[in-house]
Amino acid sequence: MPMHAEEIERLIRAGIPDAEVTITDLAGDGDHYAARVVAESFRSLSRIARQRAVYAALGGRMGGELHALQLTTAVPD
Amino acid sequence: MSDQTAIDRIGEIVSANHIVLFMKGTPLFPQCGFSSRAVAILDRLGAEYASVDVLQDQEIRAGIKAYSDWPTIPQLYIDGEFVGGSDIMMEMYEAGELQTMVGAES
Repeated sequence: MPMHAEEIERLIRAGIPDAEVTITDLAGDGDHYAARVVAESFRSLSRIARQRAVYAALGGRMGGELHALQLTTAVPD
Repeated sequence: MSDQTAIDRIGEIVSANHIVLFMKGTPLFPQCGFSSRAVAILDRLGAEYASVDVLQDQEIRAGIKAYSDWPTIPQLYIDGEFVGGSDIMMEMYEAGELQTMVGAES
């Protein structure tokens, strides 16, 4: 079952409270998303650690029901 | 099913190759958009790399996720270290960091 964009956003926000999350439905099919996650708490983290934090927030769905999520992480300007 | 043999095999592959990409399909015929993007980045950099098609080996396909504690494929390894997936490769490429890493030996 594909996930809804709102659900992805909600999970990331719940896991990373200071995150600003932008979800784009890349193919318009409810299955291929891009997520941009901007959080101050990422500042001290490596790229891998930032993505792991997002994956953790998604609670194991990544690579499973959520197979196509293009993920960009950043810190606020 | 990420038993020890798969982990050992992955460890051998990763240490035997300066740069290795675990992907779906082959560099010539990637079977997924993310793998295709990873290949495009490495090719753009002119990097010489080994690749492993996880679709041809279910043991490796499951094992690689446990090996790096990373849930997705593709996965790039340089000098035995897990670098990241295609999103991280793209970020590092855009920041000019990947160029240095893949060219480190040339």
